[in-house]
Amino acid sequence: MKILVGLKHVPDTETKVKVADDGVSLVEAGIKFVMSPYDEYAVEEALKLKEAAGEGEVLLVCAGPESATATLRQGLAMGADRAVLIQDPRFDRADGLVRASALASVATQESPDLVLLGKQGVGTDESQTVPMLGELLDLPHVSAVGTLEIVDGRFTAHREIEGAVEVMEGSLPAILGCEKGLNEPRYASLKGIMQAKKKTIDVRSAADAGIEDGALGEGKMVVWEKLDLPAPRSGARILEGEIDDQVVELVRCLREEEKVI
Amino acid sequence: MASPEPTDFLDVRSLFTEEERQVQDTVARFVDEKAIPVFPDAFDRHHFPKELIPEIAGMGLLGCNLSGYDCAGLNHVSYGLVCQELERADSGLRSFVSVQGSLCMFPIHTYGTEEQKQRWLPGMAAGEIIGCFGLTEPDGGSDPGAMKTRAVQDGGDWILNGAKMWITNGTIADVAVVWADTEDGVQGFLVEKGMAGYTSRDILKKYSLRASITSELFLDNVRVPDANRLPGVRGLAGPLSCLTQARYGISWGVIGAAIACFEEVREFTATRILFGRPLAATQTIQLRLADMCRRITTARLLSLQLGRLKDQGVMHHSQVSMAKWNNVRMALDVARDARDMLGAGGISIEFHSIRHMLNLESVITYEGTETVHQLVIGRELTGKAAF
Repeated sequence: MKILVGLKHVPDTETKVKVADDGVSLVEAGIKFVMSPYDEYAVEEALKLKEAAGEGEVLLVCAGPESATATLRQGLAMGADRAVLIQDPRFDRADGLVRASALASVATQESPDLVLLGKQGVGTDESQTVPMLGELLDLPHVSAVGTLEIVDGRFTAHREIEGAVEVMEGSLPAILGCEKGLNEPRYASLKGIMQAKKKTIDVRSAADAGIEDGALGEGKMVVWEKLDLPAPRSGARILEGEIDDQVVELVRCLREEEKVI
Repeated sequence: MASPEPTDFLDVRSLFTEEERQVQDTVARFVDEKAIPVFPDAFDRHHFPKELIPEIAGMGLLGCNLSGYDCAGLNHVSYGLVCQELERADSGLRSFVSVQGSLCMFPIHTYGTEEQKQRWLPGMAAGEIIGCFGLTEPDGGSDPGAMKTRAVQDGGDWILNGAKMWITNGTIADVAVVWADTEDGVQGFLVEKGMAGYTSRDILKKYSLRASITSELFLDNVRVPDANRLPGVRGLAGPLSCLTQARYGISWGVIGAAIACFEEVREFTATRILFGRPLAATQTIQLRLADMCRRITTARLLSLQLGRLKDQGVMHHSQVSMAKWNNVRMALDVARDARDMLGAGGISIEFHSIRHMLNLESVITYEGTETVHQLVIGRELTGKAAF
């Protein structure tokens, strides 16, 4: 089975980000970039499926700047077979459709049996790529998959929805977005890191991937106007006394001080 | 500041290759997720968390700078970074990996026969065979030339008698690399668990390296086949070359312990309010943090250059002595100062610094005391041995 895994190169979630002077980008110095955490579940699931089948290929694809090779190398060190980087620095602030189009171009060329992605890329957290890629390729797609079973060319995916679990079945090829809990991603081994050096990363331009220049620049469908850090939290107040008094006081505060009800 | 880490004030990380950074990040993550959470309690219970061994081995950390025989074949700078990350958790964890790789797998890899390498190294890399290293004796570690352990040839075998002390992993080891005096000088023997007359017991009631196993080995007429003798080296050069490897790893490792203490005290002083302002806003705290950061940064640069020399094959053991001396002293001073700056809470298991501080009291003594390393450098500078 040939599995394509889409990856996103994102700032580490523990990084304290700063907005740059232009107001729409982050100060990159001091930011550590990593594989988006949900994508790790996708890589792990692909490796597990390949190992269970005893054959197959895991192909990683990332649309990002040159530095995104580090994320691809991490996936290769975990055990993936090869990688494609669609390289353009402007992918950093590209919209979901451009990213999905880039992945679709490789998927069309490679004809994988299954495409796995994280359910969302941390940072912008738009959760758009999975459904967009499904629509572009006209293939079944399910996101936030917490349990996955594949038998005889068909998948059964469980996704948690509010108060219930939804079970989706469909045929392969399909596009699946992986949720936390699907598996426990492995650490790359040191031997894997050494072997990853010998694996190829095929670097292509956005134009090679059929992305028109305008889609990354002037003609972008989503334009970032301004980035703001969340306002610092102001002091909390802990109510004391009997629970009934606390409720009365809470309602009074919400009404009279905060004026939210 | 260009560097993501305040302890890496001069962005030494930018001098590492992409592969070296990847090795560091991979081990760092394992340490943060799996090791740091278990060591405070392991130290408290005087227990080595053996359950980590399969994952450590699975990642390829054991003998990772050796090549072939299922070892990862990393360069020495990468191995140093592995040690640095492991010791952010606990010196006992780094000690386990140092002993297995540098003190046991290294001599088999360097001085062993092909049969010995095939027999032992893949299992040791896989963590299925644990090794220990027997050089130090009860009557003193700094003068190994005066060892009393003897090996006498008897037909095709050797008969070993003696005792070894302060042996990391001793009671869990499947094989001990034991150095014994013979008619032809000091030689190394692979003494196997279960050989008649070979026993070990743990040294209990330590106040340091409590999350590491430290043992005594006893050799009472142990019959060892000649096939278990390491044929590639005679004399003290054998065990000393192993110590050079392990000391190299220590010089990197202790930087991790110092970083852990520094990060802890930096966070604490930023949020602790005394006299109406954070401790970090006072000159005394800033001077102490600046001094810690300066010394950690210096140690990073020293170890990196040492690693580059080692990777070029030109490192001299006296250069390792300088790094071991400088970096362990730095880490111990940083840990003690951090412990002090944490106030009364600093003596609690809730903080890491006191554990690192207590561990480093061992690290400054083992693998050559500070004084021995100073005298090694003195001998190099003057051409005269003063010890």
